[in-house]
Amino acid sequence: MFGLEKKDATLLLLVAALTIFAPFLLNPFPEGSAMAQFNAGYPDLMQRFVIFGIFAIGFNILFGLTGYLSFGHAAFLGVGSYAAVWMFKLLSMNVLPAILLAVVMSGLFALLIGYISLRRSGIYFSILTLAFAQMMFALAYSVLTPITGGETGLQLALSDPRILDGGTADGNLPVPGLFGLEMRDSAQLELGAWVFTFNIGYYFCAIVMLLAFYLAIRIFRSPFGMMLRAIKSNQQRLNYTGLNPKPYTLAAFVISGMYAGLAGALMASMDPLAGAERMFWTASGEVVLMTILGGVGTLIGPVLGAGAIKYMENIISKINSDILHGWFAFLPDGLEDFIVAVIYPFIGKGWHLTLGLIFMAVVIFLPGGLVEGGQRIARAFRRKKPDTPKSAKTEPAE
Amino acid sequence: MGILEVKDVGKRFGGLKALSDVNLSVKENSCHAIIGPNGAGKSTLLNCLVGKLIPDTGSVMFDGQSVLGRSPHEINQMGISRVFQTPEIFADLTVFENMMIPLFAKRDGAYRLHAYESVSNERALIEEAERMLDDVNMLDKRHMHSASMSRGDKRRLEMAMCLVQNPKLLLLDEPTAGMARADTNNTIDLLKEIKAKRDITIAIIEHDMHVVFSLADRITVLAQGTPLVEDAPENIKGHPKVQEAYLGETH
Repeated sequence: MFGLEKKDATLLLLVAALTIFAPFLLNPFPEGSAMAQFNAGYPDLMQRFVIFGIFAIGFNILFGLTGYLSFGHAAFLGVGSYAAVWMFKLLSMNVLPAILLAVVMSGLFALLIGYISLRRSGIYFSILTLAFAQMMFALAYSVLTPITGGETGLQLALSDPRILDGGTADGNLPVPGLFGLEMRDSAQLELGAWVFTFNIGYYFCAIVMLLAFYLAIRIFRSPFGMMLRAIKSNQQRLNYTGLNPKPYTLAAFVISGMYAGLAGALMASMDPLAGAERMFWTASGEVVLMTILGGVGTLIGPVLGAGAIKYMENIISKINSDILHGWFAFLPDGLEDFIVAVIYPFIGKGWHLTLGLIFMAVVIFLPGGLVEGGQRIARAFRRKKPDTPKSAKTEPAE
Repeated sequence: MGILEVKDVGKRFGGLKALSDVNLSVKENSCHAIIGPNGAGKSTLLNCLVGKLIPDTGSVMFDGQSVLGRSPHEINQMGISRVFQTPEIFADLTVFENMMIPLFAKRDGAYRLHAYESVSNERALIEEAERMLDDVNMLDKRHMHSASMSRGDKRRLEMAMCLVQNPKLLLLDEPTAGMARADTNNTIDLLKEIKAKRDITIAIIEHDMHVVFSLADRITVLAQGTPLVEDAPENIKGHPKVQEAYLGETH
């Protein structure tokens, strides 16, 4: 199906089903209940899940397949955002030209930065990419203010030309859309105590992510993908097998840069402003964490990692001490205070601590990331039922 | 005129003269062995042939073209495959994938980026890979992770990866180093079979005299960076100069 092997087509359909039904799946708790704060099914967060999913899928094509660890991929995210906002300012609020320009621009930047950085490998490559990204961040923040908006970021203004759209009639800032569909529009469905939100922006991003995911599967299963894994495995043998690794790694770098640009353009499409902080090195580090947490070199891993980190960033950070006291109110006072005091450092602003601990646990106990965890659970279940034929062989990572 | 012509090659590393005045002519479809004591310059010479090192002086012609200044992948595309002293394979890939990469390199050259095609659709290449694996008795291991194989299997896989490209010249760098006697004999049989079945020139660097005398048609003895003698195996065995330089130093 779709030119994919059965296993990959199943995976794609599974991811498609999960993204389509995400507004239900991420909102398991009724509105107003004590658990409702764990609901992640609101548009802003769901958009972030899929956008960072795209970013991580692209990053994984470089890092997962070739083993080249870029520490500056957020630079391409930033380039994509700026390019998209400029398109909104100059041409039209339609998101398609914005995305197109963002992907092209980030591809060009990736070509230049990749060409220089890929002259070195290992830690030197990482440092070069980090240096480029920080350079671009600093420039965007200061010297390039006319283009990037500097500290305030690049924003829409009523005076923007927007050649194709013409002026806005009502004096409000226009919003990004797709042929009349506004990205921020949502429909709500109330079922008993549950409220589900279906946001146009989310579904647009989800469709783009599914396309990006499909493309990633094709790349993974192509001769090109195999060469990239060969580069990670043994460059010397590749050289003596008649292949030049350089154009392959550069192509992987550019492709992953374009994925990052696409993610940046979608961010700008959901909320039309772009700031330099998107290029900051912590943003580059975040995508590395996502990929490793989910499973380096696996298809679905980066998406899972992106989801896990964004969930923690938005949900765990919202829990405060009042909420904790509410949960443990049934305990005797002294014990309640003690437990709240123990948990407190891990919630709210301390969510980074939780993330750090989980990350450490994954790296130490599950080097293959969440995907390996899933595989181990699946294998444990299969072992209980020895009559299933599949139990004999272990499948390679998805 | 041989398929490989090495003329007056010299190479220095700082003050050390690794090679000087090396002349070598390897005839087409022959098996030419290069032997010599440790430090004789065998590996340096080999590295000069495959583009890893560039000699300071002299010329290396392969099939009428100079290899000097070309990078290893270009030299491979000219028809030279190399087997390393310690097997160099793609350890993270399966045996089957290890076989596919040289086939792609052979068919598509050094650059083609087919990112939207599927490996599983390349029927012709897959059949070729499987035939080669069958030839080296590894077809049952095709789904194995090649890192988990024994050293002997890795060596056979590396050899198969080189042979599947149908090279004009196969360079072997101590292919039986560190192998048990049984594995060594298997390798000898494999190489003999290859020689009999294919039009292929083999140049081999080897310590093991048993291997050399079972395979070689010509032997060059290298000592201190210069060829001492070049002759047929039966004349090399008893050659006084060889015994002096070779056996005298190692024993």
